[in-house]
Amino acid sequence: MEKICASTYENVTCPACGLLCDDLRIDRESAGQLKVTDKGCTKSVTFFERAYQTSSPRIAGKTVTLSEAVSKAADILRDTNQPLFAGLGTEVQGMRSVLSLADKVGATLDHMNAYTSFRNTLVVQNSGWQVTTLTEVRNRVDLLLVIGTDIVSHNPRFFERNVWNKESMFDQATSAREVIYLGGQNIDTSAGISPKGVKPTVLPCNLDRLPEVVAALRAIISGKTLIATEVACIKVSDLQSLSERLKAAKYSVVTWVSSDLNMAHSELTIQNITELVIKLNATTRSSGLPLGGSEGDYSVNQTSTWTSGYPVRSRFTRKHPEYDPHHFSAEKILENEEADALLWISEFNPEKTAPHVSIPKIVIGHANMQANDADVFIPVSTAGIDHTGTMFRVDSSVSLPLGQLRNSSLPRLAEVMSAIEAAL
Amino acid sequence: MLIKLSGGRVYDPAHQIDGKVMDIYIRDGRIVSRPRDDETIDQTYNLSGKVVMSGAIDMHTHIGGGKVNIARMMLPEDHRADPSQHSDLCRSGCGHAAPSTFTTGYRYAEMGYTAAFEPAISPANARQSHLEMGDTPIIDKGGYAMIGSDDYFLRMLTAKKDQNAINDYVAWIMHASQAIGIKVVNPGGISAFKFNQRALDLDEQNSHYQVSPRDVLKALSRAVHELGVPHPLHVHANNLGVPGNVDTTLKTMGASEGYPLHLTHIQFHSYGTEGDRKFSSGAAQIAEALNKHKNISADVGQILFNQTVTASGDNMRQFANSGLASPHKSVIMDIECDSGCGVVPFKYKDKNFVNALQWSIGLEIFLLCDDPWRTFLTTDHPNGAPFTSYPHLIRLLMDKSFRNDMFSKLNLDAQAMSTLTSIDREYSLYEIAIMTRAGAARLVGLHDRGHLGVGAGADITIYTDNPDREKMFSKPDYVFKDGELVVKDGQVVKVTWGHTHTVKPEFDRGIEKDLKQYFDQYHTMNMENFKVSSDEIAEGGRGGVVVQACEGRRDKSL
Repeated sequence: MEKICASTYENVTCPACGLLCDDLRIDRESAGQLKVTDKGCTKSVTFFERAYQTSSPRIAGKTVTLSEAVSKAADILRDTNQPLFAGLGTEVQGMRSVLSLADKVGATLDHMNAYTSFRNTLVVQNSGWQVTTLTEVRNRVDLLLVIGTDIVSHNPRFFERNVWNKESMFDQATSAREVIYLGGQNIDTSAGISPKGVKPTVLPCNLDRLPEVVAALRAIISGKTLIATEVACIKVSDLQSLSERLKAAKYSVVTWVSSDLNMAHSELTIQNITELVIKLNATTRSSGLPLGGSEGDYSVNQTSTWTSGYPVRSRFTRKHPEYDPHHFSAEKILENEEADALLWISEFNPEKTAPHVSIPKIVIGHANMQANDADVFIPVSTAGIDHTGTMFRVDSSVSLPLGQLRNSSLPRLAEVMSAIEAAL
Repeated sequence: MLIKLSGGRVYDPAHQIDGKVMDIYIRDGRIVSRPRDDETIDQTYNLSGKVVMSGAIDMHTHIGGGKVNIARMMLPEDHRADPSQHSDLCRSGCGHAAPSTFTTGYRYAEMGYTAAFEPAISPANARQSHLEMGDTPIIDKGGYAMIGSDDYFLRMLTAKKDQNAINDYVAWIMHASQAIGIKVVNPGGISAFKFNQRALDLDEQNSHYQVSPRDVLKALSRAVHELGVPHPLHVHANNLGVPGNVDTTLKTMGASEGYPLHLTHIQFHSYGTEGDRKFSSGAAQIAEALNKHKNISADVGQILFNQTVTASGDNMRQFANSGLASPHKSVIMDIECDSGCGVVPFKYKDKNFVNALQWSIGLEIFLLCDDPWRTFLTTDHPNGAPFTSYPHLIRLLMDKSFRNDMFSKLNLDAQAMSTLTSIDREYSLYEIAIMTRAGAARLVGLHDRGHLGVGAGADITIYTDNPDREKMFSKPDYVFKDGELVVKDGQVVKVTWGHTHTVKPEFDRGIEKDLKQYFDQYHTMNMENFKVSSDEIAEGGRGGVVVQACEGRRDKSL
């Protein structure tokens, strides 16, 4: 392990969730171990403070040189007709290299989070939406409606940075902001308590009945009269008063996290959310805000979209990009034995390991990853810690540079992918 | 490597060369003077009978940034109809209304274009614009940073900060966004929409800041001029698409009080309210005013009939138009107290009265404006039509009988409202070369592009003369980019990375003290991360940043 001097980094950008907070302070011990010393949260601590270890490329569990591993990976991909690239836990620069190789070998692409992020994508492709970004929320929100999630399990610092911030551009008394949670049971709503101790309004319901509740709210906002007096144990009069509060608000923000909406066709529920936002804009201002984001999912989708025209799930099997968020699911492809090799990528998270498969498997992953069953394992350095990178925030509009906090002997994903491409 | 382009008919308006048969020499990517007789010419292209121009420059085309990627993401059905195959040379992708980045680069080059400028870089989103343009091969790129509805600037106006402070901020934005120009979209209106204002005329106040679009235009046009930025303030005026907006546009021309302005996609701002349907052409008034005001230039933003998608920073107007979306979907965004965007797919139909008249209005403006040095050929890609329809547009301008044939197919009520067939003008090759080359380079401030003089970058396009101008401009025989043959017979034969053109006006860096505090107080990102570095643009061996000359601070304001 390389001997590096100890030092402290200010204003570090954290890629562990979709917020990309860029105000962390991180100490690096001489051995390279990192410690978050200011503005940390559960996600950033897990990400940055992972035990610093190094690792070597392996073929069938046996340590080899990087060039041997690259050449073996190229051998595997050269002989395939329908390779599957999955996981895809990386940032923009990594994804650029993944797309280049995928185009060359005719791969199918699926990100490990695509099963939830496509719930949002389908809404954009079906009806569009009206949404906002974090700085707008921080400075304008007067009513925050949180649907079917606690937010903080995904984005721990969301309230601290964007709702209970002390100052705002337009001299709003931020501590008077209203927070309302709609849907879900036993949700942790403590983050929604204002600095003055005002508790949020909570309208709970079982998650599987959230679609009905959101549809009812949209109907009420649209001026329809409901005959029912309650929906999923929520009084219609409560929904009516919620509708009135939304209409009275000057800049309401309605949020959800697609991965928390685990019900059949949850895209239709998201669409009801986004359509009620559009309805509110007939007379006042309101915006949607999809939250969540992890493992570079937004970066992968953005890069894939400008490069190929489509977000993932996509494939290059027929020499041009094709898009099908249902058919090109890695899980289904593996289940139906429609791939003849798997290349799995996870540079941020060693816990996100490749599925067990009977086809040849290449794993390009975090140094701490266990990948003993891979035909080829190539450990790579991590963007935001070991090398620079570029990442998109959960609001899709803002992207930030990721910094380098220590030197790594491991290659970057982009270097590995280019080397494989050159060796084909 | 010394290349001779021998005996072509050259159109180089920057040097008043109008169809003269002459030789051009290229060495190390540049046009050089005639070599000595004892020097070896490595390669000669016999161009006798061919038409030679510098590479074309699109001075306003939405090719990179958040809203373009939203347009791509929301239109898979449009992409499916136009797949682009992977080849030994080229990456796969897709085309039509919002093409993928690689396909964008190839198709521009295959049409003889060697540079394209993204007109609406939202500074908070500048990194994404440059990432996308960075994945757009062959052509040179650049962009205009969009301000005028950003909180920091509007605060300065409210506080009546002095012009020098505004100039410093504008320059800082240009550095941070790696821009070559400054654009303002619906001046103050994107911000006003966030305060629930639904329209903003030139002298109406933004309800929060108590400043008007006129105040914004005055401050920004003066800043751009005083900083020595060659490209005048690029203005997407208020009231886009609103019948009667011709009055706003005419007043806007005077709003800069003599400082240069470029009015973009002016077709969308040239509508009157005459006739039974209260929608009429304001082209004649607009053209008359443009002919008179020598400090004003304009690009047309021609519409052409078919499916496309409109992508704009003007979320106020895009929200108002979202009901007209076809297919029926739209994305409207507020962005970072900085800007906004609206993406609305559109299908322009020749049998639709409004669309047919829009088509006629655009062409009337082209044909009634006297000065091709101040009139630019755009479709506001993809808002009026995808850039791939430029050859068709060029034919409409150069071929009166073709134009009149097309006109005769339009909605009859629209025909009755248009004077188009009474205009005999046909653009010449020389005038096309001005609009798409020499004039565009001068307007954007590209000192070594858009002409064929010694020292220029060897971006050169060679066509076979063909009376069918659409065919001629669709498929050049050869395209050279920085002296390398990149296209032959309308097909990419070599893939290179173009440059990113910028200007870097001087400014007082002391402004960063206040800006840093402002970012820390109100923003969700650090000031340092707001800035896009030149290293990021050149990542992975892509073309680097070129800094074009800026005249430096003209007179410091008193």
